[in-house]
Amino acid sequence: MFRRKRKASDFSSEIEAHLQLESELLREQGLTEEEARATARRSFGNVMHSEEHFYESTRWLGWDHFWQDLRYGLRVLRKAPGFTAIAVLTIALGIGATTAIFSVVDATLLHPLPYGQPEQLVTLCDDLPGIGAHDVGMSQPEWQDLQRSGIFEHVSPAQFDENNLTGSSRPARVRILIVAPNYFALLGVKPQLGRAFDPEDHSPGLVLEVLISDGLWKRAFGADPNILDKSVRLDTDLYRIVGVMPAGFDAPGRTPEERNIEVWAATSFYGAPMPDQPPRNRRSLPTAIGRLKPGLTIAAAQSRLDALVASLQKEFPGDYPRQSAWTVRLLPLKESVVGNVRQSLILLLGAVGLVLLIGCVNVANLLLARGSARGREMAIRRALGAAHTRLTRQLLTESVLLSLIGGTAGLLVLFCTKGFLLRHVPESLPRLNDISISWGVLFFALGASLVAGVVFGLAPALHARRLDLNHMLKQEGRGTTGSGEQTRTRRILVITEFALSLVLMIAAGLLLRSFWDLLNVRLGFNAQNVMAVRTRLPDPNDPKADLYGSPAQEAPFLREVLRRGRTLPGVEEVALGDTASIPLDESLRNLKLISEGQFLFTLEGDIQNDQPSVVERSSVTPEYFHLLGIPLLRGRLFNDLDNDKAPQVTVVNEAFARAYWPNENPLGKRFKRNRAEAPWITVVGVIANARTQSLAQDGVPQIYLDLYQTGGKRLAIFLRGQLAAAIPDQVREQVQSVDPTLPVSGGQTLKETVSASLAERRFSMEMIALFALTALLLAGLGIYGVISYMVSERTHEIGIRIALGAERRSVVRMVLRQGLGLAIAGAAVGLIGALIVSQLMAGLLYGVRPTDPMTFAGVTGLLLGVAVLACYLPARRALRVDPLVALRHE
Amino acid sequence: MSTQDEKERLELLQGTLDMLILRTLIFGSQHGQGIARAIQQSSEEELLVEHGALYPALRRLEERGWISAKWGTSSNNRKARFYSLTAAGRKQLVKETTKWKRLATAIGRILDPAKEG
Repeated sequence: MFRRKRKASDFSSEIEAHLQLESELLREQGLTEEEARATARRSFGNVMHSEEHFYESTRWLGWDHFWQDLRYGLRVLRKAPGFTAIAVLTIALGIGATTAIFSVVDATLLHPLPYGQPEQLVTLCDDLPGIGAHDVGMSQPEWQDLQRSGIFEHVSPAQFDENNLTGSSRPARVRILIVAPNYFALLGVKPQLGRAFDPEDHSPGLVLEVLISDGLWKRAFGADPNILDKSVRLDTDLYRIVGVMPAGFDAPGRTPEERNIEVWAATSFYGAPMPDQPPRNRRSLPTAIGRLKPGLTIAAAQSRLDALVASLQKEFPGDYPRQSAWTVRLLPLKESVVGNVRQSLILLLGAVGLVLLIGCVNVANLLLARGSARGREMAIRRALGAAHTRLTRQLLTESVLLSLIGGTAGLLVLFCTKGFLLRHVPESLPRLNDISISWGVLFFALGASLVAGVVFGLAPALHARRLDLNHMLKQEGRGTTGSGEQTRTRRILVITEFALSLVLMIAAGLLLRSFWDLLNVRLGFNAQNVMAVRTRLPDPNDPKADLYGSPAQEAPFLREVLRRGRTLPGVEEVALGDTASIPLDESLRNLKLISEGQFLFTLEGDIQNDQPSVVERSSVTPEYFHLLGIPLLRGRLFNDLDNDKAPQVTVVNEAFARAYWPNENPLGKRFKRNRAEAPWITVVGVIANARTQSLAQDGVPQIYLDLYQTGGKRLAIFLRGQLAAAIPDQVREQVQSVDPTLPVSGGQTLKETVSASLAERRFSMEMIALFALTALLLAGLGIYGVISYMVSERTHEIGIRIALGAERRSVVRMVLRQGLGLAIAGAAVGLIGALIVSQLMAGLLYGVRPTDPMTFAGVTGLLLGVAVLACYLPARRALRVDPLVALRHE
Repeated sequence: MSTQDEKERLELLQGTLDMLILRTLIFGSQHGQGIARAIQQSSEEELLVEHGALYPALRRLEERGWISAKWGTSSNNRKARFYSLTAAGRKQLVKETTKWKRLATAIGRILDPAKEG
């Protein structure tokens, strides 16, 4: 088998040698040169046959045929440039779009996270389902318990913070992550420069070392190679830089803020400025990640963890009230990073796949039409002895060739427009930087092209098998066959196309309506002409060094900023709040800041004694409500008498009042933070509900505290008025003229914030709408093609009808009936598919039910309208048929 | 029907041809034309070998490893592909010859039973 192959030329020369030897012999016997040669040949037999026989027996014939088919296919495609262009364009569009979406899915969902052994990494979520609180964070003793539990290799809490970095040209706000010293060992990543924290460092307080990101290193330190051991000030505290993380290292997180960490600091979460012995019931560590012991599955770890939680609850009944039903949930880390975009991405991939499929159906239709034009060619080849399989293979080779050309074109376009496309992907998409056209993506594109080629090539190829030779060859020179069967196939294809398009369009319609409803939702606050600028007061580790340590110390600063703010040009109103008070701030969603956001509290005189509840809270100055146009319903707002000496007061929203004191006057009621030493807080006013927490949710209970009473380090300066573009800079000047060390950032208008909070929804809605439009166009073209074809086929018949006096209207009706029949059949099938799909995507909808009759009816109507239009054009052409011409047509 | 008949005849001829080629090569290596001529001559021109059929047979034998081939120069100074018998070929020839003789005897018995006494 593996002997050296003999070449055909070798065989030929052997035969030539034979002929020469033979003729020489014959010449010796007395024949003339010519006679000898002829006799030698005669006695040899058919030389060609021998050679052919040899040739065929030495090769894998399939390969030869393949090349033949390929060359022939290329020739055929070149000869029909119009058809080729349309088909290649359709496929290029389909493959290009599908590959683009797949590259996103590949990077986000399919690739493992870029950490060592990522499958062992988990997120730990502490829930108190008994009081409806989720992801409440853990306490330091709990963390220690988990570390010692034997379930984890490492556990590291992570606490997001923003700090003022000083030492560079201008005070900058940096995103900092406070982690346990084992954090980098846990993730299995190493810095590009210097070292990570010592995982065994359990000293109290903050480790006075930081690691910085590659971005900060380049931006603030000019990529200084001697950066190590230099010191930086974070909130006036001095830290030594011990390492620089590599470029492209992102912290695991759901939002861009969580991922784009610039500074990592480490602590074991006890010792000043934290308590020396942190209490078990104080959940001050907002998030935690862990690495499971090798070989432990998440399910196994979870069951061991459940046992641990149960025993801790028994051991410390005072810290874990039964009603709150404390649990710790393990989630694969990847799930927590990309989990919330999975549904959208899969929907997008499905949608784009449908577009590709519709494109395939269209090309199949084109091929079928052409197949009938080539019927004669096929028939002749069959008559000359070509086998069925050979013809099928040739047609399939042609269609795969077509789709490969299309796929390549699509990829090329994708390569060229990559940068442009990436700019349109919302920034909030996790692992955005990992998106690339990798080998996997290329393989996908190749596979998709091959499959597409087979899919749209199959119908025409199968048709070629059933040619009626007799019939075909008898037709004189004309290509049309229009066999009943072929027409049937084309109708089925058009029905399929309509069904698929309808599914896609209904999905798009539902998303569009959700988005529209969200855009037009009654916000409950006035976002017009409002801007939020942020600043952050330093929070040094040593409380004595804190210039803004108490509300009383902070109050003069707040008053001064308010006063100066009002003097800025165009500014009509100014208010202050902590960053939790910025309406719909996407950067804070899913992200917990110390002492911000969720607030555990206990109501006074609660019957179910000591059962804590949880509520969204923010601290603001009294001007906040008027500035945002949130009306006061009962009681009063904060006033000057509510200072740090006065008893704490609160303004609650209607939802909160309803939830806790239904049918009671909430004014004068009291609650307190869920801590022993916390003071009582008295309700002094009730305001209307506003969707400041979530656009999609109405009536989220909220409380507002007085900023002058609580103080706050992360502040937002709200301005209303005709604001010029220079306002953020002017605010910075004013703030820094009060305290030059303060960083000032932001300057988003609330309109922009609201719009940004819809970015992800907008992106998937726009994409789906785009795909749906493409589908509609393709389906319209498909039905147009089929109806045109039918009309041209029946020109003769229509001519006779008109000649016999048929009314033009009835001719139009006849054509329309045929087209609409197909469209309605397709729509019926599509409606069933749409019902299934819309149920699956219920989680992505807002305001509309998955079976929203308006969307279903509207979209179906639109599709049928397009079908009527697509049929009307050929119908009009049918009318213009001149009976004389039509009758001569045959 | 007719192709069936032809096939059977071909098969028979092929088998015979293979044996005759092997037999011819016992006297030393030879090229295709020489083999054809040799068979013709030693059968006293009774057998007419179709030269075209010879080469597929040679190729078959070569593939089975019963003969080997290399290019050489003929007695009248022409390039030709020379075939020679391999050890396996020799064994095969013995086998075929025995088989053929048995077959011939058996057929002879049937066709001419009187001879046997």
